[in-house]
Amino acid sequence: MESTGNILFSGVGGQGILLASEITAYSLLLAGYDAKKSEVHGMAQRGGSVTAQLRYGKKVWSPLIEPGCADIQVAFEMMEAVRYITSLHKGSTVIVNTQRILPPAVATGQTAYPEKILDHLTAVGVRVVQVDAFDLAREVGEARTANVVMVGALSVFLPVAAAIYEEVIATRVPERFRDVNLKAFRAGRKAGSMEV
Amino acid sequence: MTNISKDTLWMSGNEAIALGAWEAGVKVASGYPGTPSTEIMENLSTYEGVYTEWAPNEKVGLEVAIGASFAGVRALATMKHVGVNVAADPLFTSSYTGVCGGLVLVTADDPEMHSSQNEQDNRNYAFAAKVPMFEPSDPMEAKEMLKAAFTLSEELDTPVMFRITTRVAHVKGVVARGGKMASHASCGISKVPAKLVMLPSIAKKRREVVEERMAKCRELVETTPFNKIEAGDTRRGFITSGVSYLYVKEAFPEAAVLKLGICWPLPEQLIREFAASVDELFIIEELDPFLETHIKAMGISTHGKDLIPSIGELNTAIVRNAIDPGAARELFAPIELPPRPPNMCAGCPHRGIFFNLSRMKVFVSGDIGCYTLGFLPPLSAMDACVCMGASVPIAHGMAKALGEEAHNKIVSVIGDSTFVHSGITGLINTVYNNSASTLIILDNRITAMTGQQPNPASGMTIKGEPAHALDLEALCRAVGVKHVYVVNPHEVVETRRVLKEAVELNEPSVVIARAPCVLLPEMKLRKSVSYLTDQEEDNCVGCMSCIRLGCPAISWTAFEEGEAERLGYKKDQKGVSKIDENICNDCGQCASLCKFNAITRKEE
Repeated sequence: MESTGNILFSGVGGQGILLASEITAYSLLLAGYDAKKSEVHGMAQRGGSVTAQLRYGKKVWSPLIEPGCADIQVAFEMMEAVRYITSLHKGSTVIVNTQRILPPAVATGQTAYPEKILDHLTAVGVRVVQVDAFDLAREVGEARTANVVMVGALSVFLPVAAAIYEEVIATRVPERFRDVNLKAFRAGRKAGSMEV
Repeated sequence: MTNISKDTLWMSGNEAIALGAWEAGVKVASGYPGTPSTEIMENLSTYEGVYTEWAPNEKVGLEVAIGASFAGVRALATMKHVGVNVAADPLFTSSYTGVCGGLVLVTADDPEMHSSQNEQDNRNYAFAAKVPMFEPSDPMEAKEMLKAAFTLSEELDTPVMFRITTRVAHVKGVVARGGKMASHASCGISKVPAKLVMLPSIAKKRREVVEERMAKCRELVETTPFNKIEAGDTRRGFITSGVSYLYVKEAFPEAAVLKLGICWPLPEQLIREFAASVDELFIIEELDPFLETHIKAMGISTHGKDLIPSIGELNTAIVRNAIDPGAARELFAPIELPPRPPNMCAGCPHRGIFFNLSRMKVFVSGDIGCYTLGFLPPLSAMDACVCMGASVPIAHGMAKALGEEAHNKIVSVIGDSTFVHSGITGLINTVYNNSASTLIILDNRITAMTGQQPNPASGMTIKGEPAHALDLEALCRAVGVKHVYVVNPHEVVETRRVLKEAVELNEPSVVIARAPCVLLPEMKLRKSVSYLTDQEEDNCVGCMSCIRLGCPAISWTAFEEGEAERLGYKKDQKGVSKIDENICNDCGQCASLCKFNAITRKEE
């Protein structure tokens, strides 16, 4: 691969975006790519909208994805799938966890959660892959593995063998959570495969 | 950090700097937490053979490092950009004393203000303090340059500054392992007053040494491998440093580039040679026209801030579009969405205090920390925030300006770590110069905003070992505050009573609001029970008292036409509050506010 691939992770602080982007980055590195990942700590982590930017290729210079250049977005929440639409281009793929987390203005009754929000993406030629990660995670026995379900769905779209991800998950996750995370990855990969 | 292979690691810039410090043989490191610098010291504290600590503030941190350098060992101080303002006093004079063991000050700047109150460009400090400055572009370079910075420090007998930005500190990349270096300095007590005692007669002599050293450094930077010309298409030539270099390489991969790994002092001959070799010269740098100003002063004509913004971060697109406006991509139109700002956590003790302040008609002089989020709606209870420790003197200044009019109307709010950092002197001033303002110390036992670093009031060191815990009540009394209260901020109603009593006084008062941060490991491990609204029968009348706390666990469900009656509520009720038991953190602030007994603890 000559050009650099751009993956944007978005969601709400506390959803496990950091671990998901770490597993993905590390899998790409083991598959032989160069990679850079950028994230913001501090004030941005207190329940606000959060992103991580991952770039991979033969040689990666900038750690930041240019506007309009994210090839894949992994969104952990529906509204956070649409908030970064200026990062996307026609033909981008957005893998979205169909979960709603209410922002303060919605939780306090001042405004409503927008309806049919993903239509904004399909309308401009962005491909939307919906995954009920929370539900799949509960099915494998641990709701907190929703982030690894999302990694599984993402894995379908990246040039890395499933065995590499599984090896990474097995080494990065504490032993007592290993099996459930591997199950979560496979459930996510299956959900993603159905959309290809 | 993670191993990729036997020789390479995947790590952030901050992790790489910690590894670089260890490979450089650093023996003592001190600093104060601050985004984006914090993880350097946190990571370094996990290495064997290096003493690390959190100091109460950046000035102390740098002074500790200076002391270690005077004792002949390699020493490191770390801080965020605004921390260097606090440490500027020792910085400027350590430039005169020079060093014994190598001394490096890492400044982590935050262009774009992701987590800061300003975006000052600390390259200006290297110029003003007359010390060399390194500026790496990525984690790999950060590690290698840090080691070189120690060598340069000892070679030139000078403190060296090391500037990173958010997109170096918090970027992960591939880093090669390296060997451990040997220091040429020797450890021990050496009495060299002509070098270390900065009174005027000696400082005047050292002042000349500073000029000689910088002249020597200017020669050295002409040939250092960190300043290099990368040959390429000479129709456009770029001079750049730090992360901006990466944006230039990506936007104009074929162009000739002069990369400055040492951004102060500048290699004048190298710059002249490069400028003469290209048709059109561009200087690409974030924030101030630092390189541009000094290069233009050499009489060299160049583009710079006429094209490149001086506000915020750069990226590849900004650099490309500034120089080739025709290359700009057309982007999808943004979609208007309800914002999702950061918020205080569910169960955060600060929320109860700001809820009370929002109802007290007082001017709240705030400070730096998680609690600055008390500014946001629905609490909207902070009226000023300038810098670490400023809350207390600002309240005093306002009280002096307004006289009687200020009575019971001005309150300052500060966290425990920020109070120890630089709030104590302000409180001493309030007492000494006598104004009746009330100070609220939000004592959650930890430096929370930057990720739970211990501080002198926490009772443990950076490594989690037991340490003396500063007694805040005794301290406040010792400086002369006669009225010191301690409250549990989760008891919202009782806290309000105490706050009202304190602000009515005609003498200085301190209210210590004490409850642990919910992100502390012991708080995360405890069995947290949820409060709920609808156990057995729902007494919620839809008054929205609990909603006004702005807690992320509490949400409002509005009723449709006729729904209230159908569900058994009063006909005209507008909706009900619900608590998400997965988010609730067991603080009970909402229950203490509810007058209708509609919120009860789950086990009850």
